[in-house]
Amino acid sequence: MPEETIKSFNVGYLQVLDDEGHADKDLMPELSPGQIKELYELMVLIRAFDDKAFKLQRQGRLGTYLQVKGQEASEVGAAYALKKGDWIFPSGRDVGVLITRGHPMHMLLQYRGGDERGMKAPEGLDNFPITIPVSTHIPICTGAAWASKMRREDVVHMAFFGDGATSRADFHEGLNFAGIFKVPAVFVCENNGYAISLPRARQTAAETLAQKAFAYGFEGIQVDGNDIFAVYSAASRAVAKARKGDGPTLIECVTYRIEGHSTSDDDSRYRTKQEVEEWRKKDPVDRLEKYMKKNKILTDEYKQSVTQKTRDMVEKAVEDYEKVPPPEAADFFANTYAQPTEQLKEQMKEL
Amino acid sequence: MDLPVDKVESTRASGPAAEGKRTRTYREALREALAQAMERDSRVFVAGQGVDDPGAVFGTTKGLAERFGRQRVFDTPIAENGITGIMIGAALAGMRPVLVHMRMDFLPMSMDQIVNHAAKWRFMFGGRVNVPLTIRCIIGRGWGAAAQHSQSLQALFVHIPGLKVVMPSTPYDAKGLLLASIADENPVIFVEHRWLFDQSGYVPEEEYVIPIGKGVIRRKGRDATVVAISHMAYEACKAAESLEKDGIDIEIIDPRSLSPLDDELIFDSVKKTGRLIIADTGWKNCGVGAEIAARVASDALGYLKAPIRRIATADTPTPCSFELEKEFYPSSEDIIFTVKELLNKSPLSPQPYRR
Ligand SMILES: Cc1ncc(C[n+]2csc(CCOP(=O)(O)OP(=O)(O)O)c2C)c(N)n1
Repeated sequence: MPEETIKSFNVGYLQVLDDEGHADKDLMPELSPGQIKELYELMVLIRAFDDKAFKLQRQGRLGTYLQVKGQEASEVGAAYALKKGDWIFPSGRDVGVLITRGHPMHMLLQYRGGDERGMKAPEGLDNFPITIPVSTHIPICTGAAWASKMRREDVVHMAFFGDGATSRADFHEGLNFAGIFKVPAVFVCENNGYAISLPRARQTAAETLAQKAFAYGFEGIQVDGNDIFAVYSAASRAVAKARKGDGPTLIECVTYRIEGHSTSDDDSRYRTKQEVEEWRKKDPVDRLEKYMKKNKILTDEYKQSVTQKTRDMVEKAVEDYEKVPPPEAADFFANTYAQPTEQLKEQMKEL
Repeated sequence: MDLPVDKVESTRASGPAAEGKRTRTYREALREALAQAMERDSRVFVAGQGVDDPGAVFGTTKGLAERFGRQRVFDTPIAENGITGIMIGAALAGMRPVLVHMRMDFLPMSMDQIVNHAAKWRFMFGGRVNVPLTIRCIIGRGWGAAAQHSQSLQALFVHIPGLKVVMPSTPYDAKGLLLASIADENPVIFVEHRWLFDQSGYVPEEEYVIPIGKGVIRRKGRDATVVAISHMAYEACKAAESLEKDGIDIEIIDPRSLSPLDDELIFDSVKKTGRLIIADTGWKNCGVGAEIAARVASDALGYLKAPIRRIATADTPTPCSFELEKEFYPSSEDIIFTVKELLNKSPLSPQPYRR
């Protein structure tokens, strides 16, 4: 009678860039200086947008907003690995993903300003709207990916969600099906340490979130989520694997939410200043800047010009946002059904 | 996707089809609709627990896996909500899924995806996408199906904007409404009644659709209007035969679709008869009958000669005991009793304690 180990799993961890901006040459993904600049500019832009959105909310010019500060590398690195025609399924915090995917910033403000027309990605942009109920878009992403597989389309589907999302059944059901049917999907978990005030340790006893993928028969990998190169490297491998027909991957980006959960959260009630300070030292934008400086990709003038350019872009977006005429009451009748029912037509007349 | 719209306005709810006409059972009609939809449109597929097993969901999917392959007709892991989400994703990506549940009681497990997603994505995406998803589910009655395997939950879904809800009662409507649901750009909850699977009736071989939102007059009459939903259409026909012997002539309307609802058809009938009874398979409290009654009360009140009555199950969970079931489910007897009672009532007479 044997008693033996029949299966064991190894959970990989990837870091390419350390806190001081040294990159491991062997692990460095293929990226031209031009591409690195593009990544950097996106991260700076997202940060500028994020800061501005927060201020607008405080000034009463925007509704509730979820800040992404600290998670820029996770969002940009993963979304950058996709190509046009691939689909993304973002969650509430993922403005960084949407900006990387070309979603007009004034529309993101419009959305956060309480006008959902802002989520209607212009034709040609394959961005699904933000899903607010946590993790419920994971099975939807799986289903869309599976449809692409059935239709033999060259499309990869990427869902973004937080650590908190891994507690819900949708995460498990969505990943389970994705594993069985080997769908072309990439699941990007931005583990920022908290689901509102609930710390990661109270969400699961598992040591990593990445390991959950193994239960569903596919690979999970943990990466340093503040390291743009690690995230990009893991994501582009996962995307290539999905494209080849080799099934899904779960990527756990270990990162940190520097600000509160949302503009209505006071994070000092559940975490220490010291903890936040420790994470500030690992800032993803600073880290990339250090690398670029060392490798002579970034000069002071270039940095200055990026700061100026991104600030202008954000100001322009705010201007455009505030010029958008408000929606009309009749609008909510328009898209309830593909064709309005008789009853809706009646109710519309009553307005 | 244009299917011919059949001109047949009404088919009798029960009894053999007219001489020389092609007859099929309700279950065969459903299967034929699925097969024809899949044959014509490669975007259509069928998923759900048991669709490719020997039982084939009461035979309604029999042979489809063999014919179309297990890529297009397949069993799923037991994960109702997740699978609903997956079907929504597939629908968003351009497929036309038919998701099958053996029992409507499993829909509460998928409530989040149906209510928060299927019904909302078109709206929230500014009309850029549709969710052409058909969810077939089966209600039952009898055999000790009890509290968790017998529920008629249609009212829950009728309440949700963005969803359509249909409840065909004849084989003819089963086929025509299933083809219509699959062709519809919106999510449709397609509710079947287990007692109808063996019913046979006229079913044309070619494809046709019954427009969703159009009811049908099953029997013309002048004394009272009975709006009878799903299996209750048969109970109403039975009641009509008996009432006829007493010289009472009821009009039976089968709405077929509960959302949208063909209220014009009901108003016109009430204007003629002046009396309204709604016979539903579900509960009374906030049930479909309440909505129909409210619409008639606001649009045709002046025509009513008697109070509106609802025939529905008592507002309790379904008992398991065979004896209690007989008490629990309304039947033609209840319809007969209520019609007779209404014929002796003025609009202001009080509602009796029991139906
Ligand atoms: C199904 C559901 N339950 C609860 C909420 C309320 N809620 C909004 S965000 C959030 C925390 C989500 O945490 P996580 O998934 O880690 O994402 P993060 O906010 O950290 O990006 C909760 C509980 C919700 N939106 N949806």
